[in-house]
Amino acid sequence: MIGNIKGLMVTLRTMLRSPVTAQYPEMDKRTVLAKRFMGFPALLWDYSVDEPYCTGCMVCIRDCPTQCMSATMQDNLLHTEGKSKRRKIVESFEINLGRCILCGICVDVCNFDAIEMSHEHELSKYKRDGNRVDLPALLDMGKQFQRKIGWQPTQAKNVGATELVDNGAKGVPE
Amino acid sequence: MTIDQSPNSMDIMVNMGPQHPSTHGVFRLVIWIDGERIVRAEPHIGYLHRGSEKLSEGESYNQVITLFDRLDYVANLNCELAFCIAVEKLMAIEVPERSHYIRVILSELNRIASHMLFYGVYGLDVGAMTPILYGFRERERIQELFESVTGARMMHHYFWIGGVKEDLPDDFERRMKVLLPTLKQGIDECDRLLSDSELFLARTKGIGTITAEDAIDFGVTGPSLRATGVLEDVRISEPYSIYDRFDYGIPVGTNGDCWDRYYVRLEEMRQSIRIIEQAMEQMMPGETMAKLRRITRPPKGESYVRTESPRGDFAVFVVSDGTEHPYRVKVRTPSFANLQALQHLLRDAYVADAVVILGSIDIVLGEVDR
Ligand code: SF4
Ligand code: SF4
Repeated sequence: MIGNIKGLMVTLRTMLRSPVTAQYPEMDKRTVLAKRFMGFPALLWDYSVDEPYCTGCMVCIRDCPTQCMSATMQDNLLHTEGKSKRRKIVESFEINLGRCILCGICVDVCNFDAIEMSHEHELSKYKRDGNRVDLPALLDMGKQFQRKIGWQPTQAKNVGATELVDNGAKGVPE
Repeated sequence: MTIDQSPNSMDIMVNMGPQHPSTHGVFRLVIWIDGERIVRAEPHIGYLHRGSEKLSEGESYNQVITLFDRLDYVANLNCELAFCIAVEKLMAIEVPERSHYIRVILSELNRIASHMLFYGVYGLDVGAMTPILYGFRERERIQELFESVTGARMMHHYFWIGGVKEDLPDDFERRMKVLLPTLKQGIDECDRLLSDSELFLARTKGIGTITAEDAIDFGVTGPSLRATGVLEDVRISEPYSIYDRFDYGIPVGTNGDCWDRYYVRLEEMRQSIRIIEQAMEQMMPGETMAKLRRITRPPKGESYVRTESPRGDFAVFVVSDGTEHPYRVKVRTPSFANLQALQHLLRDAYVADAVVILGSIDIVLGEVDR
């Protein structure tokens, strides 16, 4: 009997506390994502020359454990005009988000800091192939992410690692 | 009319699973019953087989860590740790001090999270609805911390060969100062809620008893073995990482019944908190990643490492042929070994206790089937 009463006391005390649950789909009642949260990978945009950082070098594609990405490379027109340092640039890029396991290996192996784990994490789509994301969509995701956290081009590999310095968000327009 | 009363009158075969909610995953248990007694039990496994060991042979060493995340999917970091240590041993890498501490702190937190899940689910197994809410509440606090440190709640890929992926966030210490007292309080609450409850005692005391000799013969390890009174913990008997630097206790049981197995786990959470507190004190700032070549290419050779995962002796055997893919990866998973004892435990038990006994050995099917 005593053991049961002891248990009931715990329940009683918990009843008087405020709830700890969050209401997921409702926008204002969700929990806040951590700064380091790893959502789907997104390609970043280089605002200084207005082109993607990605050169389509395929390093990330070879290192992805699930082979969920593909890319092609082309000559960079901006380079021939002398505006950009990148000789090659990505032509097309596709990630099958349904296969991505959010491991972050692609971010680590990229030599150009061109890919980053965004905070995007919702998978439900209206179309069956809605999760095969192409280059413009990936860049959109990246731009949104850059704006959200005030991404800096000089920053260390993973955004969460260093303190974000707010020097007027250089290179990122409002 | 005479009734056939010979002992080999027909036993009824009852099929539990593989989609039964109380089998803790896709696990099929076939039991033959005679009235209320179980005559024979036969576990069927393999529904979650993904071939992790074979898959590892085609992946590079860093990619294999992602597969290890998915072995024991409620104690991911403990699995990552085992593989990282095995490869580091093979390559003779000195891991920086700080990353040792980070690894121990996070692994112990993961142990608590895993035992909290056990606590909640075990409550359900014996028919109590409340504990799962308490267990999940505490586990959620830990997962939130993991999210801020590793970026993921479950599949972290945070321990890398040679250290950890990145340093802890700046607010880690502040968060831990809040988290640890809350967890302690939570564990005490869980303890008060269920452990002494007469109903719970009636369902678990003296049920599913196994002797120490039998347990050792079956290869049972971890809390299930310690519940029989054997003091065997890899952290003590074969210290890996920096576990020899802390002062903590290893709880052991006496009877080897369901209640002991349950209480050993509860007590282990308290000891884990002690380890974490000491590690937080001893931790110094510094490097978190050893200087390594970009592509991990261990020399020819093999290494075997035992670690203590929340379920028991989790061991990894890695053979390298000098290329960037492992030649062979063998995992000795505690759940698989502990499951061997199930047939023995279930013999002559009541049907109603089958789920209670199955729950008390705390298997994770991702680990059993690999
Ligand atoms: S994201 Fe990085 S690694 Fe991948 S193709 Fe682009 S530049 Fe290469
Ligand atoms: S996060 Fe991992 S699985 Fe996803 S695209 Fe990058 S490497 Fe592939």
